Amino acid sequence: MLEQLEGSAAVARAVARCRPEVISAYPISPQTHIVEGLSDMVRTGELEPCEYLMVESEFAAMSACIGASAAGARAYTATASQGLLYMAEALYNASGLGLPIVMTLANRAIGAPINIWNDHSDSMSQRDSGWIQLYATSNQEAVDLHLQAFRLAEQLSLPVMVCMDGFILTHAYEEVDVPGQEQVDAFLPPFEPGIVLDPDAPMTIGSLVGPEAFTEVKYLMHAKQMQALDAIPTIAAEFAEAFGRESGDLLSHYRTEDAETVVVALGSVLGTIAETVDELRDEGVKIGAVGVKCFRPYPLEEVRAALADADRIVVVEKAFAVGAGGIVGQNVRLALSGLPARVHDVVAGLGGRPITKKSLRGLFDDVFADRLEVGKLHFLDLKRDVVERELERSRPSPGPHAERILRDLGIVAARSH
Amino acid sequence: MAEQRVKHYQVGTFAVGNRLLPPEERTVQARTERSNSLTSGHRACQGCGEALGARYALDAAMRATGGRLVAANATGCLEVFSTPFPESSWQLPWLHSLFGNAPAVASGIAAALRAKGREEIRVVGQAGDGGTVDIGFACLSGMFERNDDVLFICYDNEAYMNTGVQRSAATPPAARTANTKAIGPEPGNEFGKGKNVPLIAMAHEIPYVATATVADLRDLEAKVGRAMEMRGARYLHVFVPCPLGWGSRSRDTIRIARLVKETGLFPVFEAERGEVTSVSKIRRRVPVTEYLKLQRRYAHLFTPERRDDLISRLQAIADRNVERFGLLSDPEEAAAMPGEATDLAGLPPDGDAPPERAGEETNVMRLLSETHGGPR
Repeated sequence: MLEQLEGSAAVARAVARCRPEVISAYPISPQTHIVEGLSDMVRTGELEPCEYLMVESEFAAMSACIGASAAGARAYTATASQGLLYMAEALYNASGLGLPIVMTLANRAIGAPINIWNDHSDSMSQRDSGWIQLYATSNQEAVDLHLQAFRLAEQLSLPVMVCMDGFILTHAYEEVDVPGQEQVDAFLPPFEPGIVLDPDAPMTIGSLVGPEAFTEVKYLMHAKQMQALDAIPTIAAEFAEAFGRESGDLLSHYRTEDAETVVVALGSVLGTIAETVDELRDEGVKIGAVGVKCFRPYPLEEVRAALADADRIVVVEKAFAVGAGGIVGQNVRLALSGLPARVHDVVAGLGGRPITKKSLRGLFDDVFADRLEVGKLHFLDLKRDVVERELERSRPSPGPHAERILRDLGIVAARSH
Repeated sequence: MAEQRVKHYQVGTFAVGNRLLPPEERTVQARTERSNSLTSGHRACQGCGEALGARYALDAAMRATGGRLVAANATGCLEVFSTPFPESSWQLPWLHSLFGNAPAVASGIAAALRAKGREEIRVVGQAGDGGTVDIGFACLSGMFERNDDVLFICYDNEAYMNTGVQRSAATPPAARTANTKAIGPEPGNEFGKGKNVPLIAMAHEIPYVATATVADLRDLEAKVGRAMEMRGARYLHVFVPCPLGWGSRSRDTIRIARLVKETGLFPVFEAERGEVTSVSKIRRRVPVTEYLKLQRRYAHLFTPERRDDLISRLQAIADRNVERFGLLSDPEEAAAMPGEATDLAGLPPDGDAPPERAGEETNVMRLLSETHGGPR
């Protein structure tokens, strides 16, 4: 049944219907509404049996999920930004132990400078943490991905991160269908762990593994992620069969059939990109878009197949590796190695800067007119005058850029008199 | 060596008395059905107080719960020496996650068991002093304030032994560690630093807080048993000498643990809901030098010249504990404290070599001869 819901509320309901037994979370914008919703449901008894732990940090949130999952409970948490970094050590531990924890990541920028708005620098910073990373395009997909995430996590014994754009999705009200309890139960069987902390069959979990076996353990982690490349489309197909709508999978394809230019992106910006593609198509431009729904494991073969016939690829990504360049762009280039396509890396939407149709049109016009240098990192809507002034100014003396810009504007310091 | 008579009260381990007790009152370790939670074959150093403490504590917890117990372990010596893959010394379900998160992992396990309606299975978290008082402290305090159903045990050997004996917030003043060396005008760890986690635990007003040493193992077992009678957050802080890190003889582990209590440097007590409910009285009060002299980490207090200025500051700490916790059964004993003994074994040899290795009389043999009062 379609309802007008806030993204966070919809996700909270979907997660509740997945019957998590332990939820452990720490508040951080823009994730708060999700866990507040779940806390309400635990308190009223709508979600039970379920223990909600109000922990003292994200590090503890993930750690409690590790303990709960190892004890055989379906465990869930949600975080964003600095919170994800604060739990980084535990992220690697959860994946190394093969614990099927599901986490919602309300994508948000990472400071300094502190910034609560959306981009993908948080999830991208943990792309190699051994977690599966699924990216939602819409709130409906965010809801659906959580059902699939628990299935996938428990099938492969791997943790899964469902990434949804902070504020853009989490705080947006739109029509969403949250599947009913019976439907969810039919799709998601109870969690049956293979190895569990059980006094009747004591196991030592988390041993010290030395050089004689460490490589093999890591190889197997990689092999499992590769298995996920098969499992994700299968689960998405089963989901489509059961719920009557397409959600998830490795990639999405939008008007790519005869496209000479293909835009690659992750998350909610694919909506704006699709509309821009429509406008350009109306003008006769052969352009399409590929959405990367699953960034880890990286669907290299699928990306290669999807982009092989394009002349130009424009990767629009909400994060980048400082000092190196685009992250999704590097992965796209890897998939296209040996093929002649030109790949443009464009960083956009950092710290919540809106990616508008107008900006995208301008970008694509630059691409069509060969005004974008291949191999160079581009920043959408960059205020060139600001950065050039600061580069000029910061030559002789160091200091934080944001504060130096303020000083240049004459806003020097707070005054008490 | 001439035969030396050892009185039971001096031994203080109750090891002899235990044999004379009726079977139902004997220690858990004296029972054939003990669980051997941390079983033989692990790689702890000779004379390791932590291995001893963990074995007694967990076996007592296993007995108290009828074997329905799960342990969450922090990174550290205890984890490393017990679980070199593919081997394990643990005979109970045991999970190691990270250095700083054992209390939170234990909370998660307890939450899972509760959600699953299996609350008869109890949870123990354990860590060394680094994993408890330093890197694990936020998680520990969180577990306390939520009153999660976890008994957390800190095996305190007063430094980061697993990484090579660096200072922790549990390292006592004047002790030398790898980064508080015996150099400079105030050699060893600085005075006025560090934290007392049992008192901090009490400030959370959790159901139960206790301290213990591996010299009084019966007391340790009893405190674990008492803790397992309760629900909610409980904390047990066990003093465990580390021969390698302290530069003490392996055979002196029990003696040092006994002396730390007898000097007053480590008060042994129990508290419920933030109030001290019982104190283990000092049996035979001794000056702190008796304790310090057995450990090379304090050698700079005696050689090349005796640092009475620093020794008196350590004695003042012991005196304050005696006063604060009421550690003497007869307050007049305070004035009657005997002088510094001169017939003690003295310091172990100087140098960087580990204090004692295989080839000498085994620690077990020495312990037996000591505690059973046999010929020396």
